[in-house]
Amino acid sequence: METHCLKRPTRRQFLSSVAFTILAGNAAPVVARSISGSLPWEARSADPPVQVKPGGWLFFTPEEAQTMEAVADRLVPADDLSLGGKDAGCVLYLDRQLVGSYGTSSRLYTKGPFMPGLATQGYQAPDTPAQRYRSGIAALNAFTRETKGGKRFAELVPADQDAILTDLEAGKITLPNKVDAKSFFNLMLANVMEGFFADPIYGGNKDMASWKMLGFPGARYDYRDHVSKHNQPYPLPPVSIAGSMEWMTR
Amino acid sequence: MTTILPRKDVVIVGLGWTGAILAHELTEDGLDVVAIERGPWRDTATDFNIGYAQDELRYGIRRDLFLQPAVEAMTMRNSTSQTALPMRDYGSFLPGNGVGGAGVHWNGHTWRFWDSDFQIADHLRDRYGAGRIQDLQLQNWGVTGAEMEKSFDRFEYLAGISGKAGNINGQIQEGGNPFEDPRSRDYPLPPLQMTYAPTLFAEVTKSLNLHPFPTPAANLSEDYINPLGIAMGQCTMCGFCERFGCANYSKSSAQTTILPVLMKKKNFEVRTESEVLHVDLDASKKHARGVTYVNTSGEEFFQPADMVLLCAYGLHNVRLMMLSGIGQIYDPNTGEGTVGRNYCYQTNAGAQVFFDDKNFNPFVAAGALGQTVDDYNGDAFDHGPLDFVGGAGINCIPSNGRPIQTRPTPPGTPRWGSDWKKATVKSYKSTLGFSSQGSSYPTRGNYLDLDPTYTDRFGRPLLRFTFDFPDNDIRMSNWVSDRMEDIAKAFGGRQYTNTRRKKGWDSVPYQSTHNTGGAIMGTDPKTSAINKYLQSWDVANVFVIGASAFAHNAGKNPTGTVGALAFHAADAIRQQYLRNPGQPLVSA
Ligand SMILES: Cc1cc2nc3c(=O)[nH]c(=O)nc-3n(C[C@H](O)[C@H](O)[C@H](O)COP(=O)(O)OP(=O)(O)OC[C@H]3O[C@@H](n4cnc5c(N)ncnc54)[C@H](O)[C@@H]3O)c2cc1C
Ligand code: SF4
Repeated sequence: METHCLKRPTRRQFLSSVAFTILAGNAAPVVARSISGSLPWEARSADPPVQVKPGGWLFFTPEEAQTMEAVADRLVPADDLSLGGKDAGCVLYLDRQLVGSYGTSSRLYTKGPFMPGLATQGYQAPDTPAQRYRSGIAALNAFTRETKGGKRFAELVPADQDAILTDLEAGKITLPNKVDAKSFFNLMLANVMEGFFADPIYGGNKDMASWKMLGFPGARYDYRDHVSKHNQPYPLPPVSIAGSMEWMTR
Repeated sequence: MTTILPRKDVVIVGLGWTGAILAHELTEDGLDVVAIERGPWRDTATDFNIGYAQDELRYGIRRDLFLQPAVEAMTMRNSTSQTALPMRDYGSFLPGNGVGGAGVHWNGHTWRFWDSDFQIADHLRDRYGAGRIQDLQLQNWGVTGAEMEKSFDRFEYLAGISGKAGNINGQIQEGGNPFEDPRSRDYPLPPLQMTYAPTLFAEVTKSLNLHPFPTPAANLSEDYINPLGIAMGQCTMCGFCERFGCANYSKSSAQTTILPVLMKKKNFEVRTESEVLHVDLDASKKHARGVTYVNTSGEEFFQPADMVLLCAYGLHNVRLMMLSGIGQIYDPNTGEGTVGRNYCYQTNAGAQVFFDDKNFNPFVAAGALGQTVDDYNGDAFDHGPLDFVGGAGINCIPSNGRPIQTRPTPPGTPRWGSDWKKATVKSYKSTLGFSSQGSSYPTRGNYLDLDPTYTDRFGRPLLRFTFDFPDNDIRMSNWVSDRMEDIAKAFGGRQYTNTRRKKGWDSVPYQSTHNTGGAIMGTDPKTSAINKYLQSWDVANVFVIGASAFAHNAGKNPTGTVGALAFHAADAIRQQYLRNPGQPLVSA
C-alpha cells in the first residue's frame, strides 16, 4: 500500500474548489483570514436567511408546478386539522429549493465513478434533485396519460391520485425512462414535508399552519418559565423567524 | 508556487475543541502558536444569531454549519469483500467545519470514561479470562482512571458542566451515578431542571431498582464564570441545540469557554479558510518540519514549525497522518501497521412509548437535558453468564421537538394523507423516547485507510471506512434492548416500540458523530500509533489529539474524554516535552 501522497493540487483544481465554496455558502464568497490580538467582529458580516417571495416559478414549468401541487395536496390533504400542501406553499418552497444549492447538489460529493451501491452506502446516482424532479414528473404524467385515458396526474380525481401515489410508494408502478418510482416518491414526500414543517420564511407552512396544528411554538427560544410545568399545555402561539401574524400593525 | 512563511513554535491543525485547549495551554508558556482552520471564523453574536439560529431547515436539515461533502467526502463499505463507495452526503455522522469545530453544534453530553475502559484488556482478561475477548482487538490505553482524573476535572470546570456527582473520593453520592469512578469534587454546576419525560423515566427506572441520575450536560443550568474568567449564561431549553450554534452563550464550546481569552494573546494567531494538506517530514521521516496548507483563494503556503499538533477531528487526523506518511497504514490481513487500526463507532438502539393522556412539550428541551441509567454500561454488571462484553448507557434525553425531523408515530401509521396527519398530531406531544448508547469494541476487520478510487477536490485519496457492528456488540446491544423492553413496559403507555440494532452499519440515517480510533494510544508501537501522551511513536514532534486516540469506544459520548486527553497531552508537553524537545516521552 502506498503510504505517502504528496500530490499537489493544480491551479485549475483550486479554481474549481473556490467555485465550490462560493456555491456552497449562502452569501458572499468567503475569504481566508488571519486573526490575532482580539476577538474579531465585523459589521454586517452576519448571514441572515433570505425570505422566499411568492410570484412566478423559478424552476418548475406551469405543468410541473400543477403536478406537484396535486401531489402536495394528497400527501398533506386539506382537512379539519390544517390546510392542504398546495395552499400551505409546499410547491413554492420546493421550487425555490430546486434552484438553490439543494437542487444542484453543489454541496455534495458528485465526482465519479458512479456505481450502484449497497443500501448502506446511500444514494449513488449522478442525478441531482433538480434533474430528478424534471424526469420524475415527466415520467409520472407519461404514466397517467398512458393508463388513465390521456389525463395528466393533476387531472385525476383524488381517489385515483391516492391510488397511484400508494403504488409509487410501494414500487408497484414502473415509470418510463428508468425513473425509480419508489425513490422518486420518497424524494417528493421528504421535500413536501420539509416545506410543510419548515419556518414559513422558506415559502411553505403558510401562517405557521403546521406548527399551530402540532402545538410547536416555533422560534421562541426560551422555555425556562415552562420547564417545570410538567404535563401542562404551553400557553403561547408560535412565532416564525419573521415574527408573528399578530404582531403586524396593519 | 508555495510561499514559505516565518517559523512558529507550534502549528495546530484545526481550531475546534482540542485545538483551542492546546492553543490556550501552550501559549501560557509563551510559545508562539498558529492554528490553521479549514472553515470560517465563527462567533456567537454573528453566526449563532438569536434572530435566526432557530432555523431547522437551514441548520438541522441542510446542515449549514457542517463540513460539506464537496469539500471532503469519505467512502464506506461494511467488509473488505465489498467495494467502498463515497458517502455523497454525510448521514450517519456529521463532521464539523470552522472555528469551534463540532463543538459548536454538539449536544453536550459530557462523560468520563472509566478506569475499566482505560485498562480494558487487563480488566476483562482478569475478570472473565482471555477466551472471552479473543475475537476482539481490545487494548489498554496506557493510562489509568486515577491518572486521568485531574484532566477530566479541568475539562468539566472549563466547560461548566451541569451534573450530580455519584462518587466523590470513594463516597457514593445519593442521586448521582453510583457506577462512575471516584472524582475529586462535584460538577461545577447543579443538574438542569428536568422536563417531564426524563422525570418520568427516573421514576420508572427507580421502580425497577435501577439507578437513574441527571445526564452530565454542557448546557449550563446556571450562569457561570469559568476558570479563565469567561462568563456564560443559563440555558433556556430552546430546543435548537444539536446541529445548531447556541445564541445564549449557554452551550460549552471553544467560542464560549476559551476563545475570548485566547484571541487576545499576542502569541496566538488563527488562519481561517485554510486547509492543511499534509504534514511535511524531513528525509528521516522521524521529524516534522511544518505543514503545507492552501487557502480558499488557492494560495499554497508552507508553515515551518518546531511542533505539529493534529487537532482536526479524529477522522481527519487519521487521514492527514496517512497523507503525510506518519507511521504505517494498518493492514487487516497481516495486522501490521497502526494508522487506521481499531476504528470504532457506537452501537445504539431506541425505544418509544406512546401515551394517550400525557403532554411532554417536546420542544422544551436542551441537547443533554435528561436522565441516564448506567447499570448496564461498560463492565458495571457481571458478564459472567453472558455471551458478550461491553454495555450501554440507557438515556432519556429528549433533545427537541423540531417538526421536520421529530414526528413520532406508532407503527402501522401511513407516511402521508389524512390518517398520517391525525396520528402525527396525536403523538407529537404524547410520545416518550429513550435509547441505548452502546460500546463499540475493535476487531481486526474494522479499520480506516485510503480509498483506491475516489479523490477529493485536490485529487488526493478520500478516507475509506471498512466497518460493521461486531457480533459481540450486536449481542450486547440486543441484550440491553431486552432490558429496555422491561422499562418500556413499566411506563404503562398505550403501546411501545423497541427497535433493535442489526448487522450492516448504514451510512444514511444519523447515528452519532462519535468516530473513534485510527490513531490509538497505547504502550506498544506495534499496536498503537501514539504513546500515552498522544505523541506519535514515529514522529516525535507530532502529537495527535482527538477521539482518534481511543483504543475502543465505550457506551458514552466521547468529548469528556477527548477534552481530558487534550489537557493530559498539554501537561505532558508543558512539563516534559519542552524540556527536551524533539524527543520521545516514552521510549519504544
Ligand atoms: C451533531 C453532533 C452532536 C454531538 N454531540 C455530542 C455530545 O452530546 N457529547 C459528546 O461527547 N460529543 C458530541 N459530539 C462530538 C463532539 O463534537 C466532538 O467529539 C468534538 O468536537 C471533537 O473535538 P475535536 O477537537 O477533536 O474536533 P472538532 O471540534 O470537530 O475540531 C476539528 C477542527 O479541525 C478542522 N479541520 C479538519 N480538517 C482540517 C484540515 N485539513 N486543515 C485545517 N483544519 C481542519 C475542522 O474544520 C474543525 O474545526 C457531537 C458531534 C456532532 C457533530
Ligand atoms: S438548548 Fe440551551 S445550550 Fe442548547 S442551544 Fe438552546 S440555549 Fe443553548
